[in-house]
Amino acid sequence: MTASATQIAADVRARRVSAAQVCRDALARIDAANPRLNAFLQVFHDRALEQARAIDARMARGEDPGPLAGVPVALKDNICLEWGRTTAGSRMLENYESPFSATAARRLIDAGAVIVGKTNLDEFGMGSSGENSAFGPTRNPHDESRVPGGSSSGSAAAVAAGLVPVALGSDTGGSIRQPAGWCGIVGVKPTYGRVSRYGLIAYASSLDQIGVLAGMVDDAALALSVIAGPDPLDATSARRELEEFTHDPSTPPPSLVIGVPRQARAASHHAAVTAALDSAINAYKVVGARIVDVDLPHTDHALAAYYLVAAAEASSNLARYDGIRYGRRSSPAREGEAGEVPESSRAEGGLLDLYCRSRSEGLGPEVQRRIMLGTYALSAGYYDAYYLTALRARRLVKTDFDAAWAAGCHALLLPTSPGPAFRLGERADPIAMYLEDVYTVGVNLAGLPAVALPGGRAGEAGSRLPVGLQLVGPAWQESSLLRAARLLEAANPVPRTATSAPASS
Amino acid sequence: MALSADEVRRVAALARLALTQEQVERYRADLAAVLGYMERLRGLDLAGALPLAHVGEEVNRLDADEPGPVLPDGVLQKMAPATWAGGTGLQTGVFIKVPKVLGGGGGA
Repeated sequence: MTASATQIAADVRARRVSAAQVCRDALARIDAANPRLNAFLQVFHDRALEQARAIDARMARGEDPGPLAGVPVALKDNICLEWGRTTAGSRMLENYESPFSATAARRLIDAGAVIVGKTNLDEFGMGSSGENSAFGPTRNPHDESRVPGGSSSGSAAAVAAGLVPVALGSDTGGSIRQPAGWCGIVGVKPTYGRVSRYGLIAYASSLDQIGVLAGMVDDAALALSVIAGPDPLDATSARRELEEFTHDPSTPPPSLVIGVPRQARAASHHAAVTAALDSAINAYKVVGARIVDVDLPHTDHALAAYYLVAAAEASSNLARYDGIRYGRRSSPAREGEAGEVPESSRAEGGLLDLYCRSRSEGLGPEVQRRIMLGTYALSAGYYDAYYLTALRARRLVKTDFDAAWAAGCHALLLPTSPGPAFRLGERADPIAMYLEDVYTVGVNLAGLPAVALPGGRAGEAGSRLPVGLQLVGPAWQESSLLRAARLLEAANPVPRTATSAPASS
Repeated sequence: MALSADEVRRVAALARLALTQEQVERYRADLAAVLGYMERLRGLDLAGALPLAHVGEEVNRLDADEPGPVLPDGVLQKMAPATWAGGTGLQTGVFIKVPKVLGGGGGA
């Protein structure tokens, strides 16, 4: 593994190492591993070194470049950056160059981070495996025949392979936590509104949240402290005081109450998931935490509600990709290659015809499937039966969590997925794929913060795949949630080196 | 639950998607399966459960009415897939090119 972000920043600030050297090492690791992993869609060789040299120049002038001084960071490619391209993993935005940077990216840069590249993802964040990228799937560094999870597939693989210590992702229904779990790393999905989404390419706006993937809880907390906070450019970012999420590790744990939902166990789970849960429960007991049983009776309904709400919002958000103002436009030469333009659109002439062909050529199958599902759920005659029903079920999901907090739980312990990573191509059926998200989507519906962390390993030695656990907390309680995660990280250590990762330099 | 091919085409028209016959059949099967899964929501007692569309705590946030920076026209035009330069008098400049909108429309 690469050195931690915390360590790199401390070394650069103490001038024990130059940011340029750290950057060159990271770029070399990426160049060596990326042909196999396809974790990065773009690597900013020149620009990153320029940024790193500027950090070193500031150090030489006696300035402090910030808490992430010289730390190489990767951005999921649905986060806008004013250099390079921002593709969202889609042919629709294959050549899109954003004229602005996302607030989260800007804050990282202002804190001294060096942006080394943009990472692969399921198109527009729609997927749980990384296989839905228009630019090819990302591979799991622990076993390259397997998926890393998604949709923050490249960010998770890059951190797990030790290419970068920290990467940004986004989590709409588990897109940070599920790949973190399958790649054996830490993933933080902050409270809805904690991190500005200005410059995040929208998928489902009532659920989307930018967060962090990192090798350890401290690094994730450090990066979160930098990107969190209100932003005048995002009206949904909460106007709350800035918080420091990093803690002195010697802080004694408070009397911690961990709720374990009845639904966290199921006969259909992989045995390693159950074992990870037991191991974490024991570890918490050893350090004096109290374990209580709780019930999240609407866990299964959350999945159905999520896919309706997310698809409905996606169908609306992605209406902007019309081939007119930016993104892909179907060229007349391609006419006939796309499918049949619906008759009602054809009759209206050239413009609608162009919309339909541009969208069908530019958007991948899973994105089109969700747009179709969402359009159906919002259409006249079906709105009440599907969309409104899903919103009512969403209320019940939130009520389940509220009851757990009212019962005194500081956090809930759940798996991130029912099993470890599957092989590429193994989940062809959409429902089977959606079922992988059963433990993650409820958190987004309720807008809560959650931290995924390594729980254990599945399989024989030599092919031991990570399984992940997550701690879910009440809204705005990232600070105590991260403390509970740190406690588990220390009490229940899990080996994290990805077997096929190149040696770090 | 079953969907007809015509229903799939109707949804595709609303979604502005051009589907091949093969895609119509595939989405017919996929949507039927996914909507079938959603049927489990019907078993819930939703009486008293108010629709929850948004969990954000910011409601009707008002900001000061101050002009901020905007992207220059040139930047926006550079992003457009097709532009056209020309015109007469005050209407001279660079424009985003679109197919004919009125009067039956033409090709792209």
